[in-house]
Amino acid sequence: MTRASVWTALSDASLRRLASVANLPDLSGTRYTLREEIGRGGMAVVYRAHDETLGRAVAIKVSSAPGGRADLDARMRTEAKVLALLEHPGVVPVHDAGVLPDGRAFYVMKHVRGTLLGDLARSQLAADERVRILERMCETMAFAHAHGIVHRDLKPDNVMIGGFGEVLVMDWGVARIPGEPGEAGAVIGTPGYMAPEQAAGRSGDADQRADVYALGAILFALLVGADPPAEPEAVQAGLAARRDLPRRLRAVAGKALATDRAARYSDAEEMGADLARFRAGRPVAARPEIWVERAARSAWAYRTAIGLVLAYLAMRVVVAWLAG
Amino acid sequence: MSGSFPPTRLTVLARIRSPVPDERRDAFGPLIEAYWKPIYTYLRIRWGLPAEDAQDATQSFLASAFEKRWLERFDPSRARFRTFLRTCVDRFAMNRDQAARRLKRGGGARIVGLDFETAEGELRERPLEDPVDQDELFRHEWIRGLFSRSVEEVRAECAAAGQLARFALFERYDLGPESDLSYADLAQDLGLTVSQVTSGLAAARRQFRARALANLRAACLTHDEFRSEAREILGIEVE
Repeated sequence: MTRASVWTALSDASLRRLASVANLPDLSGTRYTLREEIGRGGMAVVYRAHDETLGRAVAIKVSSAPGGRADLDARMRTEAKVLALLEHPGVVPVHDAGVLPDGRAFYVMKHVRGTLLGDLARSQLAADERVRILERMCETMAFAHAHGIVHRDLKPDNVMIGGFGEVLVMDWGVARIPGEPGEAGAVIGTPGYMAPEQAAGRSGDADQRADVYALGAILFALLVGADPPAEPEAVQAGLAARRDLPRRLRAVAGKALATDRAARYSDAEEMGADLARFRAGRPVAARPEIWVERAARSAWAYRTAIGLVLAYLAMRVVVAWLAG
Repeated sequence: MSGSFPPTRLTVLARIRSPVPDERRDAFGPLIEAYWKPIYTYLRIRWGLPAEDAQDATQSFLASAFEKRWLERFDPSRARFRTFLRTCVDRFAMNRDQAARRLKRGGGARIVGLDFETAEGELRERPLEDPVDQDELFRHEWIRGLFSRSVEEVRAECAAAGQLARFALFERYDLGPESDLSYADLAQDLGLTVSQVTSGLAAARRQFRARALANLRAACLTHDEFRSEAREILGIEVE
């Protein structure tokens, strides 16, 4: 136990540095040079790196288990495969994937600068902009659903808003890919954002309607400014209580957040179409109009013409009265 | 892989509870190695004991823990081992007059090989501040001991393999004060290529990681605790 060396008294700064470098990925032998950590999740860390061959910044996602861990490696492979399959403006493009010299699975993707929706949602953001973001998310998820892919962990912190307003859906590590077996009894997702069937341990057979539930939960969070409760009944009650919000928007969220998945939108495309109708001021499928509402909406749409006609009639009445 | 858990480690708690003294002693040794210094530092800082008293108290505590089989009471479902140990130290320190009398009577074995001189030297290099959170203080000193042992083992491995240049890189870049030193600067200073710096540092960090995990494993009584500590201290997921 006796030793004498210059470093024996490790300073607090050295302890912090050692803790941070202990898990740095070994990029020797690759064309990438590590720059800094830019994100950390439960199972993986994302670093900014430099691609020495192409001379550009990239992001490298590396498993948190040096030497490899079967479940984490499988997640990384799944995520890389999904990103490669989904060539869409709403999905970060993947450039490379493999195993590092220290045994960790990794993949390289475009380095995107932006803000997480979770952070943005807490800031001042116009209501229409919030709905626009969700509509963009629905477009991306509609593309994924068309390829048979279910994300299974959509939430505000898994969405990045880029510098030009682009909406990127990220963290596809627990996505379900067609042809791959589901996990029996597994609970995959985040409380408040996962569908009741996922919370009940049936993540293995969660289909695109589970993502629809999560999109509804994100809409709830964007409208209400807080994470939705984990119990679907409490979510519906919370929506019903917010009478200050547009009725048609509440209806869209309510339909997406239905406990019975058969009552939800069948996929993200259908939900996105309803959001587009809301933004255009048209009736939404989630809530058919009654005749009074239809009349009021028509009157509003033709308000200029109706105003001119009424003014003309008023003028005729005044002229007739003056004449005699 | 480094995260795999040797079957014998699963029985550390069981071996601590063994009725066979030799078996208990074997299990106790690595724990002394891992915890004597944080205990000593904790007694110096938190309890304000002078160096000599803290040395006696550390010796007496460890001997009593073994003889009286205090560690058998550890319940993994209630707390982490280091928290349990720190609580034992607090209780012991509160009753240290009694312990001192026992020592004077010649009671209590002494554990050889505890390098109090070095420990005291390390303490002299930094202020003896008593943080509000005593559990955090003990944890911090425990991590310091864990990392110090691991770094020393990396140095010994490098020396044995004739690769002290690799350790010099590690020492310069990762153990020294924070600096803006780039890999290119380091390469120029040490007469290496940037590629050699990159691979040398990666190898040294890999060695450090392996040693730190092995030492952490030795200091945890259950696999769940090891997994949880590895995640919190090193950001590493182990199976």
